Amino acid sequence: MAANVRIKDQWKEQRLFEQRSLAAGAIIAALSVLLLARLVTLQVVRHDYYTDLSQGNRVRIEPLPAPRGLIVDRNGTVVAENRPAYQLELVREEVPDLADTLKRLATIGLIPAEDIDDARKLVMSHRSFDSVPIRLRLDDEEIATFAVHRFEFPGVDIRTRLARSYPFGELAVHALGYVGAISEQDLGRIDRAAYSGTTLIGKLGVESAYEKELHGQNGSREILVNAQGRSVQRQGAFVPNLRTVAPVAGDDLLLAMDLDVQKTAEEALGDRRGAVIAIDPANGDVIALASRPGFDPNTFGRGITRVEYKALLDDIDRPLFDRALRGTYPSGSTIKPAIALAGLVYKDVTPDDHRFCAGVYRLPGSSRMFREGRSGRHGSVGLVDAIARSCDVYFYDLANRIGVDHISTFLAEFGFGSVTGIDIGGEKSGLLPSREWKRKAFSRPQDQVWFPGETVNFGIGQGYFLVTPLQLAYYTSILANRGTAYRPRLVNGVRDPASGEVRRFPPKKELRVEATAEQWQVVMEGMEGALRGRGTAAATAGRNMTYEIAGKTGTAQVFSVGQNEKYNEHMVPERLRDHSWFIAFAPAEAPRIAVAVLVENGGFGSTGAAPIARKVMDAWILKGGGA
Amino acid sequence: MTFGSIDSSYTRRTLTRSARTLASLRVDGPLLVGLALIALFGLIVMYSASGRDLGSVLKSATRLGIGAVIMLALARVKPGFLRRAAPVIYALGIVLLIVVDVVGYIGKGAQRWLDLGLFRFQPSEIMKLAVPMMCAWYLHERPLPPSAGSLMAAATIIFVPVALTIAQPDLGTGMLIAIAGVLVVLLAGLQLRIILALAGIAALGAWFGWSFLHDYQQKRVLMFLDPQSDPLGAGYHIIQSQIAIGSGGIFGKGWMNGSQGQLEFLPERSTDFIFAVIGEEFGLVGLALLIFLYLFVVGRAIYLAMQTQETFARLLSGSLAMTFFVYVFINAGMVSGLLPVVGVPLPLVSYGGTSMVTLLAGFGILMSLYSHRKLIRS
Repeated sequence: MAANVRIKDQWKEQRLFEQRSLAAGAIIAALSVLLLARLVTLQVVRHDYYTDLSQGNRVRIEPLPAPRGLIVDRNGTVVAENRPAYQLELVREEVPDLADTLKRLATIGLIPAEDIDDARKLVMSHRSFDSVPIRLRLDDEEIATFAVHRFEFPGVDIRTRLARSYPFGELAVHALGYVGAISEQDLGRIDRAAYSGTTLIGKLGVESAYEKELHGQNGSREILVNAQGRSVQRQGAFVPNLRTVAPVAGDDLLLAMDLDVQKTAEEALGDRRGAVIAIDPANGDVIALASRPGFDPNTFGRGITRVEYKALLDDIDRPLFDRALRGTYPSGSTIKPAIALAGLVYKDVTPDDHRFCAGVYRLPGSSRMFREGRSGRHGSVGLVDAIARSCDVYFYDLANRIGVDHISTFLAEFGFGSVTGIDIGGEKSGLLPSREWKRKAFSRPQDQVWFPGETVNFGIGQGYFLVTPLQLAYYTSILANRGTAYRPRLVNGVRDPASGEVRRFPPKKELRVEATAEQWQVVMEGMEGALRGRGTAAATAGRNMTYEIAGKTGTAQVFSVGQNEKYNEHMVPERLRDHSWFIAFAPAEAPRIAVAVLVENGGFGSTGAAPIARKVMDAWILKGGGA
Repeated sequence: MTFGSIDSSYTRRTLTRSARTLASLRVDGPLLVGLALIALFGLIVMYSASGRDLGSVLKSATRLGIGAVIMLALARVKPGFLRRAAPVIYALGIVLLIVVDVVGYIGKGAQRWLDLGLFRFQPSEIMKLAVPMMCAWYLHERPLPPSAGSLMAAATIIFVPVALTIAQPDLGTGMLIAIAGVLVVLLAGLQLRIILALAGIAALGAWFGWSFLHDYQQKRVLMFLDPQSDPLGAGYHIIQSQIAIGSGGIFGKGWMNGSQGQLEFLPERSTDFIFAVIGEEFGLVGLALLIFLYLFVVGRAIYLAMQTQETFARLLSGSLAMTFFVYVFINAGMVSGLLPVVGVPLPLVSYGGTSMVTLLAGFGILMSLYSHRKLIRS
């Protein structure tokens, strides 16, 4: 026990304490050096790095969207522009009672009562100081209503933003396209950084194809923000230098389209379903491109409602469907000039070859009969007359002589079976049949064989052969040029909105159908004959011509008539009636316009489509267009 | 030279008079000046860190004033009285801690405060002083270095209030209390081999204790190890404070020009993270100056502790001096990313709470212990 009793030794304890204190002092010094080293690392060595981070923290870049380019027709009429639209916006933190405010807004009719819940959710999903649009597209009356009640709604106000506006509504909608909200798909094809701040993007038509030119370059503005992202004017006593990059407005598009001709085309189509394309054969300029019915593109830019969109989708006439570029139909007899030319080029026919038409053609070595479409019997006809009067029997025989291989090869030179390459998207390539195509298209071996009867039908544009109205217009322009082709284009230049400087695109010369002048002349005479004397369109498109027109009618079968039946228009339901075609160019010797007209279920080409083509040509030629 | 002699004699006379006044107040002049400079710097920074709110500055100044009064009062108290009072204060503190824990249990949540009507009061703050006092009191009459039995007793003295504080839960304060007590034992001459053995046990204890930590406490430690893993969540504090300090550079962005602090990217900018505001606005120069002031105070305090003669006085004042440095190091270390985020304020600068008062009370005790020493040395 005694060993455990220790006596306090003040002197020794004092020394012990001093040792410990010195040790503590050393540790304190070491830790202080460590701390200072850490601070030097942060403030000297990595200073630039942290300066960048702190800069990013306090300066936020706010995009300044560039105004979208305008679209003007060839006469300078604006067809797409940016106009202020009014919308109701709400800042949550400035509103005393959100639920009550929304309810009272509904009471005075500014928001639909059933939208209150959605509006509340929308507002709550934003930061409390964000200005949230709760109602778009205010009309004048609603603006007035709000103006009267404004003082009752602190935190709610009307804001203006630029919206795309199409002053002519439905007119040329399929050519122009429209703008709508940027979709997931759109995000894949654009540079997201360049689009920050942009809410709308071109959909379809020129708006989509020339998105790059129209969009311009968004600018930006640096704003000082605090940790909550709220914009603040200054930071302490110091107002920093913030940069602003001004946006560069998008280019204005100069359309080749003539709005008067376009209007004429659409009015002539009226309520009928169909398409009209008019091309200047000298350069491929698309003077008119109409597809009816259309729709109002303004609804998309303003924010289309679900009901409106469903109505468009469900419409039996399919107004969203661009018939001009995407509709594929049998060409009917409009193809005969090309078949005639093929016959001449391949030396399977001479202009003087006459055939006797008794209204029916029997394929040699077969019992199958091919009927004359309409006019019964033509008697003895030569090649020119066969085109002008559209004699099926003549062309059944001619096609059989040329053979499918040559027909197919020759039609490909006119661009059939492939897209024309027009400067807007969505174009269909139609169907140009051939032996090879048939081998691939069918699975059963017995179907993979090309039958001689199919060549016979091909000769009058029936059977598998399918074309779009645009392809026919392009083909017509090649006929008008006697072989030279220009790629069709809706836009032939851009204009810098700031300087007004115009940059024109050179026309794109493309392929050439080779034939001698004499061979072309035969086809021209046939097509001119169609509008004169006993020609198929003489009584309609050819009436009271003040200039020479060359054309060709066509009737595309929708409904197959049996071997021994006769087609009777009135016995067939409307939507199964034949499609009506007419192609034409004028003036015949120095063409300034080439037109293709399709009227779905319009019956004969001469009665349905031809008068429309005539009106369109009149609208252009008589005012001196293309001269 | 003639001006100099007049001037210096005037200065000497003034200084002599001041020294005499301070001595009669039992106050240590250099320590007082050091503390005052830190407090002044703190108030200047507070104006900027609070977003130019004079109210916050005044409240801080008021607390400093209260603390100063308590410090001056305690400086005049005789060390013998302080020693005898130690067990009483300690016992009272334990009772209050239990009350807080019970109230907190009933209130279902973290509870650190006792509302005494006039003011709110944090019993764990008392323990920051009461625990080292109690330890020093216990070891005062025992031979040093402490025997195994003394160590067990000291450990119990430390463990009970620490456990009660961590249960509130308040890990930061609990740790600080433990450190204050442990420092007394270390200064008492704990043998090195025992220190190493205890360190090993502590490491094991930390490993076990991990599972008893609250989720948010665990998260803080994890975040310290990898702040980037949750930049908007628990790691946000550390990242933002490092950005603030780092972007301040050598000379800082200038008073009230720190974007991190002024634009509220820096959380807790006037309380636990005020060190980062200083770093951002006054740069490395400002921080080094502040650290120098702290070291001056700590150094002076250790010097005073070494001058005292009784075991109680030595151990207590030594612990108080070093605890002060520990506060500084933990706060600065946490804000600059050396240590995990624990809620420890920057002494005399951070806004708020009883900690300012407690710290100054501690310095009051230190001054008392020094100034009442017997002038005849043995």
